[in-house]
Amino acid sequence: MSTLIFRTTAPYLASLMVLFSLFVLLRGHNEPGGGFIGGLIAASALAIYGIACGVPSVRRAIYFHPMAISGSGLFLAALSGLVSLFVEQPFLTGQWITLNVLGVPLDLSTVLFFDIGVYLVVVGSITSIALGLEEREHA
Amino acid sequence: MEPIFAVTVAVFFATSIYLLLSKHIIRILLGVAIFGNAVNLTIFTAGRLMREVPPIIPVDLDMPAGATANPLPQALILTAIVISFSFFAFLLVLAFRSYQELGTDDTDGMRVAEPEGEELPPLGY
Amino acid sequence: MAADSQWLTFLVLFLPFFAAAAAPLLTRSFGHKAAWILAVFPAFIFLHFIGFAAPVANGETISGGYSWIESLDVDFSWYLDGLSLTFALLISGIGTLIVLYSGGYLKGHAQQGRFFSFILMFMGAMQGLVVADSFLTLFVFWELTSIASFLLIGFDHSREAARRAALQALIVTGAGGLSLLAGLLVIAQATGVNSLSALLAEGEGLREAPLYFAALLLVLGGAFTKSAQFPFHFWLPNAMEAPTPVSAYLHSATMVKAGVYLLMRLNPVMGETFAWETILPLFGGTTLIVGTLLGLRQTDLKLMLAYTTVASLGLLVMLTGFGSHLAVEAAVLYLVAHSLFKGALFMVAGCIDHETGTRDLTRLGGIGRAMPITFAAALLAAFSMGGLPPFFGFLAKEEIYAGLATGSFWGVLLTLVAIIGNGLMFAIGFAVGLKPFIGAASDTPKHPHEGPILLWLGPVILATTGLLAALFSSLSHHFVSSPMASAVVGEPVEISISIVPHVGLPLLLSLVTIALGIFVYLTLERGRASMATVLAAIGWGPDRGFDQFVRGVIRISAVVTGIVQNGRLDIYMTVTFIILAAALFVPMIGFGELPSVPAIAALSFHEWAILVIAFIGLGAVVYARDRLTAIVSLGIQGFAVALLFMLFGAADLSFTQFMVETLSVVILALVMTRLRLSPADHRPTGQKLLDFSIASVCGAGLGLLLMRVVEVPFDPTLSTFFAENSRVIAHGRNIVNVIIVDFRGLDTLGEIAVVMIAGLAILALVRVRAGKPGNATKTKTVETGGEA
Repeated sequence: MSTLIFRTTAPYLASLMVLFSLFVLLRGHNEPGGGFIGGLIAASALAIYGIACGVPSVRRAIYFHPMAISGSGLFLAALSGLVSLFVEQPFLTGQWITLNVLGVPLDLSTVLFFDIGVYLVVVGSITSIALGLEEREHA
Repeated sequence: MEPIFAVTVAVFFATSIYLLLSKHIIRILLGVAIFGNAVNLTIFTAGRLMREVPPIIPVDLDMPAGATANPLPQALILTAIVISFSFFAFLLVLAFRSYQELGTDDTDGMRVAEPEGEELPPLGY
Repeated sequence: MAADSQWLTFLVLFLPFFAAAAAPLLTRSFGHKAAWILAVFPAFIFLHFIGFAAPVANGETISGGYSWIESLDVDFSWYLDGLSLTFALLISGIGTLIVLYSGGYLKGHAQQGRFFSFILMFMGAMQGLVVADSFLTLFVFWELTSIASFLLIGFDHSREAARRAALQALIVTGAGGLSLLAGLLVIAQATGVNSLSALLAEGEGLREAPLYFAALLLVLGGAFTKSAQFPFHFWLPNAMEAPTPVSAYLHSATMVKAGVYLLMRLNPVMGETFAWETILPLFGGTTLIVGTLLGLRQTDLKLMLAYTTVASLGLLVMLTGFGSHLAVEAAVLYLVAHSLFKGALFMVAGCIDHETGTRDLTRLGGIGRAMPITFAAALLAAFSMGGLPPFFGFLAKEEIYAGLATGSFWGVLLTLVAIIGNGLMFAIGFAVGLKPFIGAASDTPKHPHEGPILLWLGPVILATTGLLAALFSSLSHHFVSSPMASAVVGEPVEISISIVPHVGLPLLLSLVTIALGIFVYLTLERGRASMATVLAAIGWGPDRGFDQFVRGVIRISAVVTGIVQNGRLDIYMTVTFIILAAALFVPMIGFGELPSVPAIAALSFHEWAILVIAFIGLGAVVYARDRLTAIVSLGIQGFAVALLFMLFGAADLSFTQFMVETLSVVILALVMTRLRLSPADHRPTGQKLLDFSIASVCGAGLGLLLMRVVEVPFDPTLSTFFAENSRVIAHGRNIVNVIIVDFRGLDTLGEIAVVMIAGLAILALVRVRAGKPGNATKTKTVETGGEA
């Protein structure tokens, strides 16, 4: 599978897919998309990158261990649920705040962070699975 | 529409169960993958079908203008797909590892946990 | 009783458990001297209960409690009348002495703290058992005593004999406890009350209930196992594996009397029926004879005492079931007397064992000069056991004969049984309490000398109490015997017997008993030899039966496991799916829930096309002969499903399904290329046909079920709620995503946790391989290289 063309284009393809996955993640609340889909797209990107250029280069590229990414995602999701406890509402009740960044209103919410947590868990876990299997391929 | 989907679901289930009943791990794995699809389709159909109207609220409204597809089964299935994929991957690796250790993919040959002719537990106190 | 003493009684009920928790710590700090501190707890309890003696003697009862499980009408409640109070006094009083005695007996033992803890735990359980009012409280404490007994018998758990005895006691009394629970439930069902006090107030209700006989048998199952009645007697002698303080406390003075307590407690509402007055004397009398005969055979002091305990319990059961007031009075007197003298004798046996190093009767003799205080206590206790004046045992024996000798056939028979039993017990009592101390000095493993105060204090006090209680009989009758007998009979009775002998039939029978006893004592060696011959001829006993039972259970369970879990996955699957098919079709046909023939709705051409593609994909997976075909076909059916989602308004699902199918195909390809396996089917045709039929039936069933589901009108409540509130409350326009991350956020949190766990599990599977020798270094470099 490691043809020259594939190996040359794969990094660009993968980075484009990761970018696209972030876009899908962030628009998920209002349009089709969200953490699960975004996470799957990013994981596929990394899997493709792994097939083309080898697992070590993927591990270098994402810097952290994939399960660490997954764990931090779960932590983030749980943490975003705790915010509501400070305003005496049940666990995981969504909290919204509108920031004004350079004159542009920006809606921030705990739900967004929860979705980012989902994204990270899916990316981390599935990348870990894919890399684990690919590693065996080259071992 | 729903009855045709019910028949489709029946075919999915029958196929996956036929594969699950086999003795070869790889066929069982294929069966598991199809079983997930069959279950998802069942939930989807039980929530009733509606063509081509995704459950998304238009920008200028507070709720959907007319009837849309039922969002609840979709939410259930969405997570189910990801989980069944994780599970499938786990089974796949498990099958692979056991093949490496035992050298067979025939379930009759996999007797590590329940060996044949097991001895009696100790009869003393 | 005043409300302020209610919490105090509640505290007293739990005090032993607190003491049990504190015991290991105290023992670590103070060594065996911690006994003096720990004995304060039972002494305090004893004093607390003494305070109730005067009102109870006047016919009052003391009750209290708290609601436990309100919705089930279960209370934690207690009820104190003459019967419970006497037991409570015995338990706390003897308990105090036992704690002190344990301090001396187990001095320097590494696990002395644990022992204190167990014995105090038992005390709490036993005390709760005798004062419990509600059935559930009674049952909980009943089982707690069994568990405490298990822990104490198995205290020396490094020996197999101790483990076996502990397990045996637990199984026998535990099974009895379950029988008791069933009996209590039947009683509650028959009378509609769930506490002892309410049951006693009920009066005639239970005796006339149609379920009376069932309730009786079940309750007797509990009482007879706990009180070691024949043929369940075998666990009690084995329980002598426990340290001697345990034998003295649990297996003579208190726990084994729990069954007798239960019978006495229920006597007013279950007694005086034909069944009661037949079964109890029959089993009690048999136990009495068997117990004494088996005791005669032994040479171990503790075992001899254990068998007389079995015999005494039989006597108590026999008297309780005889049905006359006098017999009940006799049972009450004998119960108190027995607790005093048997507790003392056990402790004496422990002293002898501790100071001489043996408790084999044939190796002991002439140690009375070296151990004068122990000898005195032993002699006092033996006199009481033999029923000689002026001891409490004498009062009891006079009352026994007065109660039994009624002239009826049954009475004469049981009198005869009692004479034989008492005569033999007389002999054994003196064999333990007199024989080792007199005669020529023998050669014992240790040089005999008097033990420390902790060891002789207990037997001396108990034996002296037996003397004083008889000397001041009016006082002991007023505060103890009469209230207790009144509670057992169910109406006020007054016991008046004193140590002044009345010339009459009972005295004559006493003389006969004593003569028999002396004769047996003198010919003890010959009696033992002939008993040994008889027992060797019989060969089998319930004790060996227990071993056979346990082995049988293990063998049967091994056979059953072999059949049910035969280790063949395809059989498990076949059974599962056959049952699934039955579960689908039987109710559907049985209740007439089959769907009606549906109208075939029009599908557009592309929809049909996708369905056909999906079916082709499925078929190709089944018939694939090589890996690539199988993988590609699996992908085809998956993408077809994704297209279906797309066509029916589920854009999110469709994307997710596309991604997942892509990834599935990729990882399947990665694994399959390594596996080098063909997915082709190797089953014989017959097997294929069977599997095909099962699969078809299951598929058809699930399809019909779904058809039936979509026939009933749809309830859109939930979906409407989500559609209406998605933007208003949760500020999101993609309803599916809002449900996932907001409305059902907690579910999603759990689900991503599952995804992560799957990832971790796979990582672990990969690492298992990496951990293999030879592979380790290589994989490690790859790992660190990746993480750096």
